[in-house]
Amino acid sequence: MMQFMLLFSRQGKLRLQKWYVPLSDKEKKKITRELVQTVLARKPKMCSFLEWRDLKIVYKRYASLYFCCAIEDQDNELITLEIIHRYVELLDKYFGSVCELDIIFNFEKAYFILDEFLLGGEVQETSKKNVLKAIEQADLLQEDSKPRSARLQNCMKS
Amino acid sequence: MPAVSKGDGMRGLAVFISDIRNCKSKEAEIKRINKELANIRSKFKGDKALDGYSKKKYVCKLLFIFLLGHDIDFGHMEAVNLLSSNRYTEKQIGYLFISVLVNSNSELIRLINNAIKNDLASRNPTFMGLALHCIANVGSREMAEAFAGEIPRILVAGDTMDSVKQSAALCLLRLYRTSPDLVPMGDWTSRVVHLLNDQHLGVVTAATSLITTLAQKNPEEFKTSVSLAVSRLSRIVTSASTDLQDYTYYFVPAPWLSVKLLRLLQCYPPPEDPAVRGRLTECLEAILNKAQEPPKSKKVQHSNAKNAVLFEAISLVIHHDSEPNLLVRACNQLGQFLQHRETNLRYLALESMCTLASSEFSHEAVKAHIETVINALKTERDVSVRQRAVDLLYAMCDRSNAQQIVAEMLSYLETADYSIREEIVLKVAILAEKYAVDYTWYVDTILNLIRIAGDYVSEEVWYRVIQIVINRDDVQGYAAKTVFEALQASACHENLVKVGGYILGEFGNLIAGDPRSSPLTQFHLLHSKFHLCSVPTRALLLSTYIKFVNLFPEVKGTIQDVLRSDSQLKNADVELQQRAVEYLRLSTVASTDILATVLEEMPPFPERESSILAKLKKKKGPSTVTDLEEAKRERSADVNGGPEPAPSTPSPSADLLGLGAAPPVPAGPPPSSGGLLVDVFSDSPSASASCPRGASLSPECVPARRQPVSIPVAPHPAGPAPWTPLTHTLFLVPRFVCKNNGVLFENQLLQIGLKSEFRQNLGRMFIFYGNKTSTQFLNFTPTLICSDDLQANILGPVTKPVDPAVDGGAQVQQAVNIECVSDFTEAPVLNIQFRYGGTFQNVSVKLPITLNKFFQPTEMASQDFFQRWKQLSNPQQEVQSIFKAKHPMDTEVTKAKIIGFGSALLEEVDPNPANFVGAGIIHTRTAQIGCLLRLEPNLQAQMYRLTLRTSRETVSQRLCELLSEQF
Repeated sequence: MMQFMLLFSRQGKLRLQKWYVPLSDKEKKKITRELVQTVLARKPKMCSFLEWRDLKIVYKRYASLYFCCAIEDQDNELITLEIIHRYVELLDKYFGSVCELDIIFNFEKAYFILDEFLLGGEVQETSKKNVLKAIEQADLLQEDSKPRSARLQNCMKS
Repeated sequence: MPAVSKGDGMRGLAVFISDIRNCKSKEAEIKRINKELANIRSKFKGDKALDGYSKKKYVCKLLFIFLLGHDIDFGHMEAVNLLSSNRYTEKQIGYLFISVLVNSNSELIRLINNAIKNDLASRNPTFMGLALHCIANVGSREMAEAFAGEIPRILVAGDTMDSVKQSAALCLLRLYRTSPDLVPMGDWTSRVVHLLNDQHLGVVTAATSLITTLAQKNPEEFKTSVSLAVSRLSRIVTSASTDLQDYTYYFVPAPWLSVKLLRLLQCYPPPEDPAVRGRLTECLEAILNKAQEPPKSKKVQHSNAKNAVLFEAISLVIHHDSEPNLLVRACNQLGQFLQHRETNLRYLALESMCTLASSEFSHEAVKAHIETVINALKTERDVSVRQRAVDLLYAMCDRSNAQQIVAEMLSYLETADYSIREEIVLKVAILAEKYAVDYTWYVDTILNLIRIAGDYVSEEVWYRVIQIVINRDDVQGYAAKTVFEALQASACHENLVKVGGYILGEFGNLIAGDPRSSPLTQFHLLHSKFHLCSVPTRALLLSTYIKFVNLFPEVKGTIQDVLRSDSQLKNADVELQQRAVEYLRLSTVASTDILATVLEEMPPFPERESSILAKLKKKKGPSTVTDLEEAKRERSADVNGGPEPAPSTPSPSADLLGLGAAPPVPAGPPPSSGGLLVDVFSDSPSASASCPRGASLSPECVPARRQPVSIPVAPHPAGPAPWTPLTHTLFLVPRFVCKNNGVLFENQLLQIGLKSEFRQNLGRMFIFYGNKTSTQFLNFTPTLICSDDLQANILGPVTKPVDPAVDGGAQVQQAVNIECVSDFTEAPVLNIQFRYGGTFQNVSVKLPITLNKFFQPTEMASQDFFQRWKQLSNPQQEVQSIFKAKHPMDTEVTKAKIIGFGSALLEEVDPNPANFVGAGIIHTRTAQIGCLLRLEPNLQAQMYRLTLRTSRETVSQRLCELLSEQF
């Protein structure tokens, strides 16, 4: 199972953290600091996997953001790499060309999407359609029925 | 403002986030956050009731602040309130806050659980989903208690929506992982297995994870999942790339589900049913075939997904380890990947091949790739890939290629990354030992290791080379010659000096015939390195010198001169000084015969698991190394008759090299800085009867037998060091129960040593106070404190006062006379007060005057023993204690402790030879109390049962307490 997932920027700012194992806040901060440092120090062409403590780290960089997952010894590295990619696709589809700012300003949405996709450190639903259906349905349930705000400009690829 | 939030915009939140982002400094950010926290707090506390939207907004702000890394200590209640809102987005934010900021506050947990219960019962699938996500995210024991019964029902109910089923499956999985005892197996389990057949692939995906985990713990109950998983897998593998619609990922059908199904199958051996087995083999072949087909897409996602399934299939093939054909195909496939342009694939191929190397069917096929792997070691630019290459070389090593692999690893070591050097050193050392055809190669390899990467050669490695040289007499002469030559280098690593010193001290005589390595030359060569070395190495060299005195009488004078020099005799280091004094004295007073006995060659070490292997296991985690090792040991068992690391029962009396079983070092409070002073004093049979290497793991343990001397006290080299002004050690130092002499207490200033003797009901104890500093202690006043009760039972203790001024580096002694009037349980407290550098110091320790000191051993025959045993059958007379072993259960050590305790050890009395029985008489002025004891070890449970029978209840009780602390 996946033990945790971290999203952080090239400057080392943590943008999203999801922990599937119970850890103290202190331990979480320590792990984050250590991993952010390790991953940022790696060169672009290096492989996406590394051993860290007794876990395997799988990471990938998308524009300014690093997506970093910790999986257990028996887990499959390549499929984890594609978990990351599918999550990026889900964010992209939902926000329309997602960028780091979307995740900063709508962090709660990023969590909701992740919960539909992964639960308890395991893949729950891989169909893009089904995940987004669940989120869109929730959006429709809003009582205020405010007009949908404009789509975000594309900052990630700029 | 750069962005507007989507959906349910919370303008205030967006503004706040923008503000934070615009902060120029950390201080500004903290200021802004504190302002916001104050604002939220006043809103929450205000008289005006907040509407749901505001509550949601503020809770969301708190969450954001927390995620920035700040502590949040309020708002939990407001978040819980949101849970019961009817508005979805408010509920959703409430749940998110709870999931991220779980608080074990039990009041809240009850409220949260209530809200969850309502949502689960709501039959609204979106609400149910939120509640299940929350349980899965928090997963606490309280939640397991509340919901572990309910969730299986939701999971298998016919009318549950698919999306809820998915969440319920993974939610249950989380609870099972946290609290397996709270998730009862039942009717639902068989229905869960059938979810593998579900129409909805999302449901199958979630359920497979649950089933895999459950099957690992309850393989019998979930056995039927095998055939279902195989047929599901087969349908996926044979489907066309578009059949599965949205579950096809870059032309790969359901890769996540495939990987999970292959994982599930790894919980079981190959299917017994030939039809199922055949179908599975077809699937695996199909997956291997697909790897050879041209890619359907150039996107990396396509190849990643495809290869993820392929690697998982290979894992299953390796797990089954029964189809040679598939194993070899897997190996060839991985061989292709070894040269792939994708770094990720090269990495995984190296990793996967490591496990293939341990299968007998594919070991040879893996070996065929040796050149590629060596090449990877030389050319890979990423250290984590090179690390994998080292692992694989280690795994594929056997007798046929050991020389090549060890040579390549050695040459790689010259430029290897610092992060992996130590591990490579360990691996080279292990391989060199394991596959050594002749031990000269082994010695050369280890010396090379020290030369190339001396700093990374841990103690275990050089201990081990000494262990092997001592145990194999065919290599001793060669080893002596080789270290002698290596030491000629102008700059050699200190580890080489250690190995050289030790080996020449033992076997220097084997090369002394050659005038180029005459005794004097050997000595001068070693001594030329002396001043460059650290204290432990110098200590070791001093021991080599005393060994030389025995080996080569002709250099005795030279060595005595060296020992006598001020730099040795008055060395600031206590240990060096002590050795110089003792060795000088030994060489002067002892006859040749005594010298030859004391300094004789070290006896062979008992064969045991290599301590290096133990270290590697510790470094890499036990599972990874063990499996490979076990597998390989079986394979090579007949190949190498040498010191194949064979696990043997660790015996504490031979522990220079062992890491696995540390000797029962007393864990008493006195922090003895040298660790050695304790040895010097030790007069318990266990230490004096065994060879000196029984004493310590550290290199300070030397090949010379050490004689008891008085407490050495050396001036402290540095100025006043930091210390604690008040020290109390008010429990009894356990090791003194079974021995009479030693260092009772030591801190940076003061050392207290004891020497005592007891006869019948009388005892005399000498207390030595050593001033470890260079400054005088003033008003030095030791006082013995006894309670009235104790005072009445042990007469005395009479002490003579000591001189109130203790010079720096000096030692004063004080005698205490004791008489045991009646049996007692307490121990007197020794309190010492003095002034040091203007500060008042106060130290209190318990003096080890215990009832068992007044024991007189009594020998008796089996018949007498049991007769008396029966006579003492009154329930008050017997005290029994059952306890866990605190130290390794070693027969000899146990015997020594019982004798040290004071009773006689009666052999061949107990019908069970594993048990120990003892007998003795406690002498007091008023009475003599006969005592019988019986100690029954249970090796399997690592427990002891101790029974004491004496004519007096209090005595039985006290002796049982004292003795049971010893094992």
